[in-house]
Amino acid sequence: MKREDVAHLATLARIELSEAELTRLEEELSSIVSYVSAITDIAGDEADTAPQLGARFNVFRADEVTNQADEYTEDLLAELPQREGRYMKVKKILGGE
Amino acid sequence: MKTISELRAAFLALTYTPTQAVEDSLKIIAKKNGELNAFLDVYDDAKEAAAVATSLYAKGGDLPPLLGIPVAIKHNIMNKGKRVTAASKILENYTATYDATIIRRLRDAGAIFVGATNMDEFAMGSSTENSAFGVTKNPLDITRVPGGSSGGSAAAVAMGAVPVAIGTDTGGSIRQPASYCGLVGYKPTYGAVSRYGLIAMGSSLDQAGPMTNTVADAELVHNVMAGLDSFDATTIAPDTYPVLSEKTTYTFGVPRDFMKKGVDPDVLQTFEKHIELLRAQGHIVVDIDLPLFEKGLAAYYIVMPAEVSSNLARYDGIRYGYSAEGENLLEVYQKSRAQGFGAEVKRRILLGTHVLSSGYYDAYYGKAELVRRKMRSELKDVFKTIDIILTPTAPTPAFKIGEQKDLLSMYSQDVFTVPVNLTGVPAITFPMGTVNREGIDLPVGVQYIAPLGGDARLFSIGKKIYDERL
Repeated sequence: MKREDVAHLATLARIELSEAELTRLEEELSSIVSYVSAITDIAGDEADTAPQLGARFNVFRADEVTNQADEYTEDLLAELPQREGRYMKVKKILGGE
Repeated sequence: MKTISELRAAFLALTYTPTQAVEDSLKIIAKKNGELNAFLDVYDDAKEAAAVATSLYAKGGDLPPLLGIPVAIKHNIMNKGKRVTAASKILENYTATYDATIIRRLRDAGAIFVGATNMDEFAMGSSTENSAFGVTKNPLDITRVPGGSSGGSAAAVAMGAVPVAIGTDTGGSIRQPASYCGLVGYKPTYGAVSRYGLIAMGSSLDQAGPMTNTVADAELVHNVMAGLDSFDATTIAPDTYPVLSEKTTYTFGVPRDFMKKGVDPDVLQTFEKHIELLRAQGHIVVDIDLPLFEKGLAAYYIVMPAEVSSNLARYDGIRYGYSAEGENLLEVYQKSRAQGFGAEVKRRILLGTHVLSSGYYDAYYGKAELVRRKMRSELKDVFKTIDIILTPTAPTPAFKIGEQKDLLSMYSQDVFTVPVNLTGVPAITFPMGTVNREGIDLPVGVQYIAPLGGDARLFSIGKKIYDERL
């Protein structure tokens, strides 16, 4: 794994990394990836690699409202880093230019 | 009093009250926590709940099984109105807006929460050294770690503050700290206990369980927490897996090849003594082959980071948690996550992003899921000839704070525990003896693994082998 690969992963994962972190992670991730590669030689046909269902699956519950109106609203709004009344404030999505 | 059953008997006999128990618990925390850092929060309202419990015992009648029992919970379990941080800076000021199912069930059973315990950040680690709020020290030797990630919960019980603490186990995070602190630790069959309200790490691996001083106490608390939950579609019904019959003697299987490398010689010697003990009690112990289990750790370090990278995408500095200043939305995400997450969390998110990315998914994630499937069928075959798999819980006793510098050697702490999470089977650990380090006897645990749904078998044999010899 190269430095630019780590930088690309960081972009995908939405984590800003310092130069020092990039240097360290290049080495660390390479060693972990080479360790986990021990399983890439295990044989199996394609059907075997499909994600498995758990012991129970397609478990549904009734599509019903289970809480009172506003029961949790204020608690949830109180967690917002920035709010205005009942609204969440966020930064602009597009750049300045 | 170290056990729930002793406390319960004293409460019923009116020789000791929940008020006294909670006061004693808070006194021990006040005295020892400054040094140990087992608790991140202590709950003052515990005294009010204790007063109510005390009056209920005075009245008598049919009383719930955990009434008045002081309990500590890991800092990644939702408890409405309380701070729940996962020991991360990104959730430092987060207050839970609802109760986890296990919290509701414990409270309904009368349990009193006295505080919430330290852990590795987002349960990622084997020592609590990854906590954003400082390491927890092992009460048996304060130069050593208590294990992790449920290290604060283990220390809370080992320091005598509570008879039971709740932990979570994704790859060994209940069992390894229980081994390091001389406790019983229980990882249930996947789905036996609801995950609703646990801060998710690896959703196909996570289970919550008790850490206690006796197997009987672990069984009691597990049974309170377990059961179908409409809020967690992966919870299992009592008839999901075949019921295993109880036996007077069991056949144990030891995966010898799996233990050839990296296990401390003193731990192995203690393990051999445990095998002798089992044989002396009439059980049969045979060698078994589990060739794929050796691949478990590699598969785990693909599946777990993949699930981590997905689960932790929600921490974006917008709806709750730490939020950094940024010029635009993308910068808010990137800076909040950069400043809010610690090094190990970033490492695992990036690793997970890698194994799930286009071009690598089949080679890594697909193969890891294949290994899991093959491990499950390997287990199924092995359990045709034996009843319980036997391993040491961890390859070493508690190590020194700061001693494990190499990532892969730290990860290898979980070599015996991760195959259990990958396959979903239940496992229990309890002390099998001690090994001496620098004049101190450090406990080491033995792990019993049963087939899917074999929880009752583990409690039954655990009580015979451990509790009856205490």
